[in-house]
Amino acid sequence: MVKFARLQLQDDAAGEDVVQEAIEAALAGIDRFAGRAALKTWVFTILRHKIVDALRERGRTVQVSSLERDDESMDDTFDALFTASEYWRPDSRPRPWGDPHAALEQRQFWEVFEACLEVLPARTGRVFMMREFLGLETDEICSTLSLTTSHCHVILHRARAGLRQCLTQGWFGTEPAAC
Amino acid sequence: MLTCKKATRLMSDSLDRPLGRGERLNLRLHLFFCRGCRAFRSQIGWLREISHGFARWRGDGKD
Repeated sequence: MVKFARLQLQDDAAGEDVVQEAIEAALAGIDRFAGRAALKTWVFTILRHKIVDALRERGRTVQVSSLERDDESMDDTFDALFTASEYWRPDSRPRPWGDPHAALEQRQFWEVFEACLEVLPARTGRVFMMREFLGLETDEICSTLSLTTSHCHVILHRARAGLRQCLTQGWFGTEPAAC
Repeated sequence: MLTCKKATRLMSDSLDRPLGRGERLNLRLHLFFCRGCRAFRSQIGWLREISHGFARWRGDGKD
């Protein structure tokens, strides 16, 4: 749980705090729990809410200039996959991943996936995780982070394209490396 | 016709919002002809599944 929280908040101390808060909140409400779900699932649900609160708080204090720099470098990497007329370059055209199910059985695959998440620019990774790990709707994410809807879609596209490319190069090895 | 780059954006959007009728038709036409984009689509669909698996793996992890 601590690792999960740290990854999403990208801050060790904040990750530990939020897990502690979630456990305290779980203990405080233990009489309401009454074995309806597995205890772990229940604490995890509380943890998700705490993480969203922490992200919402932080959304107000991030520096815009550093965000823009990160975004630009990701866009340049993505643009390099295409020709000037916006079709795939022959050497970067996506090729099927084979059997991704087999990868999911392997511990090292998850380590590669985690590393790919960590190299995403902070806000890009955060929006992706809010969408795919916490299962929030796009509208909810936009309003939490004070972004426009279309900006949210741009960020999610960037995150997916970046993760896809990172996993292709780091695990599936179906396309030559970019450089 | 839709370019590959614009098609990737629509494929990503389709995971977050319903596409409009025109967008859907354009994308379907593009995918029919474009093998690279078909691979892209299945891979970003996989990312969603992988993410759910990852959250579980982390949640059931050792800590």
